[in-house]
Amino acid sequence: MTVSTFFVIAIVKALVALFILTTLIAYIQLAERKIVARMQSRVGPTRVGPFGLLQPLADAVKFILKEDIVPAGAEKGLYLLAPILSVTLALLAIAVIPVGPPLSLHGWLIPLQLTNLNVGLLYVLGVTSLGVYGIVLAGWSSNSKYSLLGSLRAGSQMVSYELALGLALVGPVLLAGTLSLNGIVHAQAGGHWFLWTQWVAFFIYLTAAFAETNRIPFDLPEAEGELGAGYHTEYSAMKFAMFFLAEYANMITVSCVATLVFLGGWSGPLFGPPALHILLPIFWFCLKVAAFLFLFIWVRGTLPRFRYDQLMAFGWKVLVPLALANVMVTSLVAAVLH
Amino acid sequence: MVVSLADYLVLSALLFALGVAGFLFKKDLITVFISIELMLNGVNLTFVAFSHYLRQNAIDGNLFVFFVMVVAAAEAAVGLAIIIAVVRNRNTLNIDKMDLMKN
Amino acid sequence: MQLALFIIFGGLALAGAINLLVQKAPIHSALSLVLVMGALAVLFLLLGAEFIAFIQILVYAGAIMVLFVFVIMLLNAQPSEPSRSSRIARWLGPPVAGLLGIILAALVASRYHRVPANMGQPMFQVEAIGNALFHQYLLPFEVTSVLFLVGVAGAVMLASRPDEAAQNAPAGHLAETEAISRKKGAGA
Repeated sequence: MTVSTFFVIAIVKALVALFILTTLIAYIQLAERKIVARMQSRVGPTRVGPFGLLQPLADAVKFILKEDIVPAGAEKGLYLLAPILSVTLALLAIAVIPVGPPLSLHGWLIPLQLTNLNVGLLYVLGVTSLGVYGIVLAGWSSNSKYSLLGSLRAGSQMVSYELALGLALVGPVLLAGTLSLNGIVHAQAGGHWFLWTQWVAFFIYLTAAFAETNRIPFDLPEAEGELGAGYHTEYSAMKFAMFFLAEYANMITVSCVATLVFLGGWSGPLFGPPALHILLPIFWFCLKVAAFLFLFIWVRGTLPRFRYDQLMAFGWKVLVPLALANVMVTSLVAAVLH
Repeated sequence: MVVSLADYLVLSALLFALGVAGFLFKKDLITVFISIELMLNGVNLTFVAFSHYLRQNAIDGNLFVFFVMVVAAAEAAVGLAIIIAVVRNRNTLNIDKMDLMKN
Repeated sequence: MQLALFIIFGGLALAGAINLLVQKAPIHSALSLVLVMGALAVLFLLLGAEFIAFIQILVYAGAIMVLFVFVIMLLNAQPSEPSRSSRIARWLGPPVAGLLGIILAALVASRYHRVPANMGQPMFQVEAIGNALFHQYLLPFEVTSVLFLVGVAGAVMLASRPDEAAQNAPAGHLAETEAISRKKGAGA
């Protein structure tokens, strides 16, 4: 393969993934509004298109047309950089997520992911850990105390919970013996999901994931009751939309990682004609990810917000020790069984 | 044309020298600290480059980088705590104004 | 291909390092260093050290530098005003450092310019690193964990406030009020 064909294939794959991802984000957001509305005995958006299905389009147009306000005294360069950084890093993380086993078409082997890394899980963790910069810089550059407080909270929260998140993933990685996402899925073949053996890690991961994505009940960085809208108080129009996009892209990423690491990825019952054997794994994968996304929305409609010191105490005094204990027990058991 | 070991070493030497320059003439306590991290990064590149070019299937250089990172993390935690304590006491980050043992 | 990537990301690292020196505000210097680290991570990938490359991103750029940026925000660090001795350093610093850079570069370039390229890396790098860490380098590994413990204890002791009121208030609340008071002080 020459360099130019390599680039063409890479760019086409990236564009397709980007298109699917942004469309997905738009409709997750619509789904969230609909589901939360149902939970609160409302109907949600219905006006634009049948069942409000064109609402995301209308929202996008609105974001593009709104006035772009830069607050007085803001650091212009960093103020612009922050949302771009947020959304870029959030979208980058999806590059190593496999959505199914490699397709074989006419002797060509097409992997259903942008690139297969030996250390895919580390890549995802690394890229998402950089996401803190977008939030921190947004708060710093806005020259507003609500933003500053929101980003201070977000920074400490994300750094703290990242630890629990990473430690929770160590257990399954120990059992699988690889950091490659494909390898972890293969290690769970035949229904031996890591959820069954690593359920402690699963719940730690899930809790930390809610905190990492700044979702309720851990959405203190943008607690509207006390901080306006937190780190994006001063952002409007497309810059605000970028933060929005980043938050939902992060939700998708953590859901995908949870599916791959704990729920066996694309594994599930296969039946029917050969064509179904190709499509079913992708369907199972999407179903599991959708279940996680629904959980995010469900929790949003159900739980109240933590207080800030409770949040930090919970992270450091409960989740991290629990995750460490899980790593120790897992490695002991794995050593004894070997 | 391929990249040789010397190219990587020259690059890391330049990074290290820039770190030294920052350490010598920046006047912010934090920036001086950041320059130290730049020097460490320059050295890390040397380790990885040596490990890649000089020995077959060797990962010793990578391990050295790993240890450098661990030390850097501990150093950053303690150093930044010291900076916070200093700023609380003297209300300045300028290293020229930190020339007294007592207040 | 390799050369092109080396030139792009090596240049990016150098540009970030120079920008670190040129910028006056600490936050810009810190962000330049993040750029250098990112470029170096790509160079590590070029050198076949994928584990170290992503650890570089995860630990260095994602944790250590976040701590720096966080402290800069908390202290609301503004550019310092020049003083007399800093002007002397400004005149002497760059030539000395430039000389050092030239000497180092000339030294390594003259010694290592004939090393054959690319000897290959082990396939399962993470496994190899883990094995080496827990066999050959077990003592250093344990010592670094002690170092970490000391570092954590030291950092907590240094950064906590001696007075009584601080010990009763929740830590996060304290950081917030402090940040606000500093921001106000800068505005006044």
